[in-house]
Amino acid sequence: MNLLKFFTAGSVDDGKSTLIGRLLYDTDSILADQLEALQQSNRKNDDGSIDLAILTDGLRAEREQGITIDVAYKYFQTEKRKFIIADTPGHIQYTRNMITGASTAKLAIILVDARNGVIEQTIRHSYLVSLLGIEHVVVCLNKMDMVDYSEEVFNTITDRYKTLATDLSLKDVTFIPISALKGDNVVNESEHMPWYKGQSLLHFLENVDVETGPDYNLARMPVQWVVRPQTDELHDYRGYAGRVLSGSFNVNDKVTVLPSGTSSVIERIEIFDQTPSEVHAGQSVTLHLKDNIDISRGDVLVNSDHLPQSSQLIEADVCWMDTRPLDEHITYLLQHNSKVTKCKVREITHKVDINTLEKQEAYDFKLNDIGRIVIKTADALAFDFYTDNKANGAAILIDSRTNLTVAALMFRAVAD
Amino acid sequence: MSKYNLDYLDELEAEAIHILREVAGQFEKPALLFSGGKDSITLVRLAEKAFRPGKFPFPLVHIDTGHNFEETITYRDKMIERIGEKLIVGSVQDSIDQGKVVEQKGKNASRNSLQTVTLLDTIAANGFDACIGGARRDEEKARAKERIFSVRDEFGQWDPKRQRPELWNIYNGKIHKGENVRVFPISNWTELDVWNYIRRENIELPSIYFAHERDVITRNGQLMAASPFLNMDEDDIVEHKKVRFRTVGDMSCTAAVESDADQLDDIIAEISESKISERGARMDDKVSEAAMEDRKKGGYF
Repeated sequence: MNLLKFFTAGSVDDGKSTLIGRLLYDTDSILADQLEALQQSNRKNDDGSIDLAILTDGLRAEREQGITIDVAYKYFQTEKRKFIIADTPGHIQYTRNMITGASTAKLAIILVDARNGVIEQTIRHSYLVSLLGIEHVVVCLNKMDMVDYSEEVFNTITDRYKTLATDLSLKDVTFIPISALKGDNVVNESEHMPWYKGQSLLHFLENVDVETGPDYNLARMPVQWVVRPQTDELHDYRGYAGRVLSGSFNVNDKVTVLPSGTSSVIERIEIFDQTPSEVHAGQSVTLHLKDNIDISRGDVLVNSDHLPQSSQLIEADVCWMDTRPLDEHITYLLQHNSKVTKCKVREITHKVDINTLEKQEAYDFKLNDIGRIVIKTADALAFDFYTDNKANGAAILIDSRTNLTVAALMFRAVAD
Repeated sequence: MSKYNLDYLDELEAEAIHILREVAGQFEKPALLFSGGKDSITLVRLAEKAFRPGKFPFPLVHIDTGHNFEETITYRDKMIERIGEKLIVGSVQDSIDQGKVVEQKGKNASRNSLQTVTLLDTIAANGFDACIGGARRDEEKARAKERIFSVRDEFGQWDPKRQRPELWNIYNGKIHKGENVRVFPISNWTELDVWNYIRRENIELPSIYFAHERDVITRNGQLMAASPFLNMDEDDIVEHKKVRFRTVGDMSCTAAVESDADQLDDIIAEISESKISERGARMDDKVSEAAMEDRKKGGYF
């Protein structure tokens, strides 16, 4: 059985929490004591049924205000798959939280209120999904019960969204008409919409193909830790421990260590007490090389025939995540996987109005602003473009005055 | 070209190992908080997978309430001997003797909340900058929102409104002096995942997890082990029942469930069917809807 991480974009008004509550409730993922706590709570729907949205409210401030502030993670499973939901807030002021939840997701659910159709918020959420390169998109047209389960309404909205999806280069987009409140097409197929021939949302989530083939060209493994027992019997043991970021490694593959550029050959691969002949993206492994070369944390091992980009000047899309605005005069720390280096912002190229998608000239970057910048790093980075290889194409900026994570970066080009 | 796919337990394991190695790489003086419960036992197994044949780059730390199940301590000492790693014990009794905390009174007295002070003192005394814990996001709704690298101020407090964004698999462990980070490598595991992993890896557990005969009393609808640490009076009726524990904590606040499950397979079957969540058997969460949120803000695990 495999694992699918997805995130939900939408606001409380779109019925996002109700949808998640419905998925959990209809898959029997709510336990008796949680249900009891729910029933004791004062919040009920108008018809007296349990308000499923309460299931996803975590913090006291959120319950008091009836909104979602931070990402909440929820877990459920069916016979076919295990799921992790990142329940992210939809309001523009929580854009950074949405990006946090979306960054590790393979699929996005975009909620659209069938009464309102594609609105500014839909455009904003879809833009973020496109920016982060989420592979699969499901547009759920919710509250179909409020528009008489109308096929015409469904068609009008999906036509409008398809134009948007083309503009944003979203690839795999699926439309599902649902009512989270009544349960139509969430887990069980709806009796109210015989015109809809597709799967229910849950069936879609269970069946969507998220596997990838092995890709030796993209073999990259940042070294996190060097295992050196230095005992008598393991005097010469030197293992490079890390998680395969992308691609695959085989025993006898020729690999290059970056940034030094030294090459060697993989002698042995270990996963604890096992010695597999090949390993793939996502696995935490220990590699042994034939030659004794100087490698430490922050270095990255890559396929010698397919080297990543190497540059100190990089063009990147950025989402600013701190209340202190971007300051071109200070030095930030850039963390790219296990590598940390100093970094300055050389130039602000433009900012994007994420409600209209217009590019604007920009002189500053504030909380939740998104756009393009050019950075200069102290050490050259061994990176891939985010579009080609997400796992090696992203980084964060840290403000060394506060140690806060202040920006998400997605590498787009080598700058001159 | 054939497709490959990680099984969910392999994926969760790989993620946890990645996180443990990030702790080793980013911090000067990390520690692994070990309670003797199944979650921290799982962490020890994951640490073996992350660092063997080398030594762990951190000691194990046990915050000892003095009100332990005897079986937990026996297990702990045997395990330490097996893995050959360092154990540091922070004692709640010492904190009481030093007058830093006062023993609770009354029928529901427990040392659970006193642990926070001992934990913070142990962190300060040893200068730990990162503490690895076995908390999971499926346990409780405040935990569902906590980051994997969760920064605490010098008073050990968690500020849910000022959490750092945590993007992709990049973990920012930068802190100021006096602060520390709580790290939760099995954040994304569910209770059932932990049990399935224990079965797959053939991990030994303290015997109290399995059904056994024991004297219990019923308090607030829950079965508590009769022990000298529980303030009992004439209203309490001691019964002999076959029970097991779903979590291992202080004897005065960890409730048992009636069960015949004395094998791992039976426990997994029971949990799969179960209609009560794991923390439902913890009286410390029952106080108010925001109980866990408040304790975490105060520096709790």
